[in-house]
Amino acid sequence: MIKVENLVKEFGTKKAVNRVSFTVQKGEILGFLGPNGAGKSTTMRMITGFIPPTEGRVTVGGHDISENPVEAKRLIGYLPESAPCYSDMSVHGFLNFTAELRGINGTKREEAVRRVVGLCSLESVLHQSVDTLSKGFRHRTCLAQSLIHDPEVLILDEPTDGLDPNQKHEVRQLLKRLGQNKAIVFSTHILEEVDACCTRAIIIDHGEVRANGTPAELRAQHDLAGSVTLQVHGTPAETVKSRLGGLMLAQKATASLVDGVVHARVYPRNRAMNGELAKAIAEVTTKEGWQFDELHTEDGRLDEVFRGITRPDTLASKTE
Amino acid sequence: MNEATRNIWTITKRELGGYFNSPVAYVFIVIFLLLNGFFTFMLGNFFERGEANLNAFFVWHPWLYLFLVPAAGMRLWAEERRIGTLELLLTMPITAWQAILGKFLSCWVFLALALFLTFPVVATVAYLGSPDIGAILSGYFGSLLLAGAYLAITVATSAMTRNQVISFILSVVICFFLILAGWEPVTNLLVRWAPQWLVETVASFSVMPHFTGFQRGVVDIRDTLFFVSVMIFSLFSTSVILRGLRGA
Repeated sequence: MIKVENLVKEFGTKKAVNRVSFTVQKGEILGFLGPNGAGKSTTMRMITGFIPPTEGRVTVGGHDISENPVEAKRLIGYLPESAPCYSDMSVHGFLNFTAELRGINGTKREEAVRRVVGLCSLESVLHQSVDTLSKGFRHRTCLAQSLIHDPEVLILDEPTDGLDPNQKHEVRQLLKRLGQNKAIVFSTHILEEVDACCTRAIIIDHGEVRANGTPAELRAQHDLAGSVTLQVHGTPAETVKSRLGGLMLAQKATASLVDGVVHARVYPRNRAMNGELAKAIAEVTTKEGWQFDELHTEDGRLDEVFRGITRPDTLASKTE
Repeated sequence: MNEATRNIWTITKRELGGYFNSPVAYVFIVIFLLLNGFFTFMLGNFFERGEANLNAFFVWHPWLYLFLVPAAGMRLWAEERRIGTLELLLTMPITAWQAILGKFLSCWVFLALALFLTFPVVATVAYLGSPDIGAILSGYFGSLLLAGAYLAITVATSAMTRNQVISFILSVVICFFLILAGWEPVTNLLVRWAPQWLVETVASFSVMPHFTGFQRGVVDIRDTLFFVSVMIFSLFSTSVILRGLRGA
């Protein structure tokens, strides 16, 4: 549904977005991750046709957004970053207006408004003026606007920003439900959200795509994913290192002495076998009579992957 | 109604609603009518003239509009930029032109309504004498064109900034130039050193000579074209400004 090819956006001499390419199919929910200023919003603005790209192409449902903007925009529902609404209108008036701009008329319009009001739980504020709404309601009003024409493509820039935990949960559930027959792209910097509802995630930094995969794939990119760490007392670091490194399942082991305690880490030969590796290590420690505490398998944490990818001075970039 | 007109109408309706949902419209209309009355009857010496025409009424419009039209139109784009709804509006399946025209028309209709509410002046002059109805209609037509020209300039300055005050000041300055360009003290200044053609070119940008014909009851196609081309040029500039905004 969405095809982004080699998208570049330059502001003056600064490249805000640099050769970003990806596709999103119907039924996919793509999480767009990245630190602030990474180029997420700029990319979304180019997809929705708000700003033209310096280079590259965006097609939505087969329509090029630069050549055929009106047709492409028809297919898109868009929630801009700060969830702007016309503050001098009532919620009902605002939704009616956006429905009218989308070409929904007559009884269909009333139906459409009723549907999105239900989806976004806006019944209680329907006739209130937008400028009297709390941030959460205003956000949901703008979200409702993006759903009014039941679009095939949804572009949501930080859809859970400013919502309380319950509302965040509701929006995630809503996205999951809608994602079954739409192509959804949403940006966030809350990593749990990626686990909670994305089928795929892209990490973008300094305008470039750094990672693109399912949440599980991304997690596995973590260097430490599947490694086992433990702390041993009263045994020389060298002994621990050579003993653990010699294990069949281990690829290598490291050990260092910190405050009189040996911190050891064992990397698996095969990440799928990390359960067995932990078991093997536990057997070694009992056999050798080491005193140890805190033996656990690293999961490969998404936030670590995120930090590693988006910050140039860490493990992940060194091994790149 | 085809799609383009429907989109323009949708935006016009919303903007008009925006005027009347807030006190702005009522305050504006009251001030407009009060000032009109003040200028016509106090400064214009309407009664003392003893003439059955509305010259004392129309002659003030270029000055009255100089402040009131920018005040009415300054929010059109500046407000959209400030609260971010510009992004929403321009990602709707409409063209920028439809949005520009819709906004322009909404404010023009609003100004026309305010102008329409000056009908007691017409009633007064009709009661006191037998005025030339044709001249009155052409005066109103010219006044509406004048308001449209000022408004189109305000629409353009409104798109330049997210600050309504800046937009207001810019449009007042530009409109003021359009008044002064043909004003004698200014042309005299130019005559001293500038070649004749330059003086005439500058003077021809002035709204004054184009507006006076309408007051006398002359609907000249050239005067009409002048105002229409100011509108088209300004609205076109608006579309260029909006495109520039999105490009940078």
